[in-house]
Amino acid sequence: MSVNGNLTAAPAANAPAAEWKPRIVAFCCNWCSYAGADLAGSSRLAYPADVKIIRVPCSCRVNPMFILKAFERGADGVILCGCHPGDCHYSTGNYYTRRRMALLFSMLDYIGVERGRTRVEWVSAAEGARFSKVMNDFVAKIRELGENVKVGDLRCKE
Amino acid sequence: MHRIGVFVCWCGSNIAATVDVERVVAEAKVQPGVVFAQDYQYMCSEAGQNIIKDAIRTHALTGVVVCSCSPRMHEATFRKAASLAGLNPYMVEIANIREHCSWIHKDKEEGTEKACVLMRAAVAKVTLNVPLKAGESKVVKRALVIGGGIAGIQTALDIADAGFPVDIVEKNATIGGRMAQLDKTFPTLDCSSCILTPKMVEAKANENIRLITYAEVEEVSGFVGSFKAKIRKKARFVKEDVCTGCGVCMSKCPSKKGLNEFNMGLNNRSAIYIPFAQAIPNVAVIDKEQCIKLKTGKCGLCEKVCTAGAIDYTQQDEFIEEEYGAIVMATGFRPIDASKFDEYSYSTCKDVVTSLELERIMNAAGPTGGVLLRPSDGKHPHSIVFIQCVGSRDVSGRGKPYCSKICCMYTAKHAMLIRDKYPDVEVHVFYIDVRTPGKNFDEFYRRAAEQYDVDYIKGQVGKVYEENGQLVVRGVDLISNEQIVLNADMVVLATAIEPDPTARKVANMLTASIDTNDFITEAHPKLRPVESPTAGIFLSGVCQGPKDIPETVSQAGAAASKVIGLLAKDKLTTNPCVAHSDELLCNGCSCCEKVCPYGAISYDTKLINDHGVKENRRVATVNEALCQGCGACTVVCPSGAMDLKGFSNKQIMAEVDAICL
Ligand SMILES: Cc1cc2nc3c(=O)[nH]c(=O)nc-3n(C[C@H](O)[C@H](O)[C@H](O)COP(=O)(O)OP(=O)(O)OC[C@H]3O[C@@H](n4cnc5c(N)ncnc54)[C@H](O)[C@@H]3O)c2cc1C
Ligand code: SF4
Ligand code: SF4
Ligand code: FES
Repeated sequence: MSVNGNLTAAPAANAPAAEWKPRIVAFCCNWCSYAGADLAGSSRLAYPADVKIIRVPCSCRVNPMFILKAFERGADGVILCGCHPGDCHYSTGNYYTRRRMALLFSMLDYIGVERGRTRVEWVSAAEGARFSKVMNDFVAKIRELGENVKVGDLRCKE
Repeated sequence: MHRIGVFVCWCGSNIAATVDVERVVAEAKVQPGVVFAQDYQYMCSEAGQNIIKDAIRTHALTGVVVCSCSPRMHEATFRKAASLAGLNPYMVEIANIREHCSWIHKDKEEGTEKACVLMRAAVAKVTLNVPLKAGESKVVKRALVIGGGIAGIQTALDIADAGFPVDIVEKNATIGGRMAQLDKTFPTLDCSSCILTPKMVEAKANENIRLITYAEVEEVSGFVGSFKAKIRKKARFVKEDVCTGCGVCMSKCPSKKGLNEFNMGLNNRSAIYIPFAQAIPNVAVIDKEQCIKLKTGKCGLCEKVCTAGAIDYTQQDEFIEEEYGAIVMATGFRPIDASKFDEYSYSTCKDVVTSLELERIMNAAGPTGGVLLRPSDGKHPHSIVFIQCVGSRDVSGRGKPYCSKICCMYTAKHAMLIRDKYPDVEVHVFYIDVRTPGKNFDEFYRRAAEQYDVDYIKGQVGKVYEENGQLVVRGVDLISNEQIVLNADMVVLATAIEPDPTARKVANMLTASIDTNDFITEAHPKLRPVESPTAGIFLSGVCQGPKDIPETVSQAGAAASKVIGLLAKDKLTTNPCVAHSDELLCNGCSCCEKVCPYGAISYDTKLINDHGVKENRRVATVNEALCQGCGACTVVCPSGAMDLKGFSNKQIMAEVDAICL
């Protein structure tokens, strides 16, 4: 069965603000940031439940397509977390990520997805506290920006 | 048709307290493709695993989702259970509803909702999983140990004892590391060389151990079971197998201005030298920066006096290439540069020394023959002030944020040894906290304070300076809240320790993780303390974090036992989550090859049948034994030919979809 069969339309952009819960996708590399998120968990360092994590082997596995897809489906923010520069488990993966995302994010900004909705952060396996802080900050920023416009909707306008 | 089973774990109350597991089960049951869902208190227990196995058999499941703790914890457990029930282990996905959900959310409604989303994403992913088969790779039955301090020596001895050959690569001219420089060791006060040198000799004599000294690893490729290393053995200008270590050359050498590294630069040595009397190998080495012959072509005295004929001024660096099944990092530490803390006047006053310098001053084989004399004028000091935590626990950015762990104990040791041998010397110690956890450690410290009358002052020193030829120490006593001014004949700084400066380079070569302080990261801080997250790389000694000798030795033994466990295997199973290129889509552009950190991608010209059109095309092929599954190639591939098994484009997109529902 197709997974897409399971999808329903995202709520309209003018849904009442009080009920609005941001949808946030966090891509985390397996070796550092996913482990950092685990540490945040075992240290009981809370961050909003709006954040949903997808595990990828390395930050460089994240294809810009995945992020576009998220925004097309109505995500309000996408954050990509990897090992600190120099610490990538595969040595160089996060350098590619850094450059690739700089380009993607400015392109997204250009088409109407504000800069604040996308972020790259380096979080090591030992930085549970940092993971939680990064997520709290990011969610706060997204709440401040409010509901996002779906990328698909933008294309249809005018 | 998919037949997916979803298993929701309570983890006792760890999950069930903040996630309504029954609702997750109910929600799972209505997911497309799901034919079975059940919750249980402890899915990882034998009974829990049996629930999964039974369900796989009775419901002919094609995929399994376990909603439980982190996959880093139990993915392997559940994969194994699935495979025992006849399901391909890679048809299992984990939804992390503990670390990423129940443990961080207090509101049950919120927690339950999120758990449902995570479950849904895992179900969406697993419908796209395909059975994968782990490959096999060989195990080269030889280990490499990088660093020949006590950590490296002990690890090598233990591996060798189990019957496996092991090479120690040591960058200095001798093995022994920092421990060789120490005088006596806490908490027993036995002499450091007396316990270390027999081990050094044993390492030399053991037929399974090859010592490669004055050498550094230059390149490492490969993966667990079969690493390839290129080792540069620097020219000693002395033939190692001919030199008898008689030392005649040292006494005749006219160039005597080299700083004696072994004595922390407190005195000088000749250009040709043996680092210390018990050095292993006991072979001279020429310092090419100091040697007159090598710099100007004149002199050549040592060649004339050497009756063994060991000198060879034309010697070149040699390269050794070898294969290894496992690699142990044991690169140790060095004290930080004390001149960064110049309020203590280390760089201007000779009588301000570091603790490691004091070790050399107290050592019978040191620059003063073991007599406590102050460096400036060689006089007996009457008052010594110790300052602890110099650069440790310092969050200002100047020093290190961590506790160096050994300084409280060695300062107590120094204070006690001085008071014991020279009761006329007054000893003051400034400390922030005295930390002495460890067997017989607190007793040791109390002995210094109570029995030996060492004056412990809780407080920090603001300044050390020289006034009319007299060292003055200004500090505060935090207990009486008073300013203290002390005259001292010597000041000893317990400087922080930091990883060897080569640690980062070596870690990068091994693709081992390293933390922001350059200590090597362990695979799990509690459960896998001697392994790196990179398979086949192990950690021993201070390179992993500050520790004393007893801890170093036990960690060294633990690392050895892990290596032995690995080398004892004949074959290893490889990670099947590797890249794969679709030959029909590949255009042979070479983009993927450029980003692969392991050189796993090569190109072949193949006859491709593209919808009836047959033509020869240059297409990418991934060497599954070399690919580590990072996925870098998949993103740069412009034609979408390259994909990663287990984390395919479709799988990740399905997760995105399910989350943004
Ligand atoms: C002043 C002082 C006093 C101390 N007193 C005590 C005491 O009384 N009791 C106690 O238990 N502990 C004491 N310690 C701690 C003790 O010194 C350490 O626990 C111990 O030396 C750690 O051993 P190691 O092998 O991990 O590191 P090291 O001794 O630093 O050995 C590392 C070795 O690796 C080599 N190396 C580094 N990088 C490379 C590379 N890239 N390639 C090849 N080789 C490399 C180095 O040359 C060195 O030989 C003291 C430490 C200090 C500083
Ligand atoms: S050649 Fe001369 S200067 Fe060089 S090591 Fe030999 S004796 Fe010393
Ligand atoms: S996933 Fe691609 S880039 Fe990464 S190791 Fe494998 S072949 Fe190389
Ligand atoms: S593995 Fe973490 S960024 Fe590459």
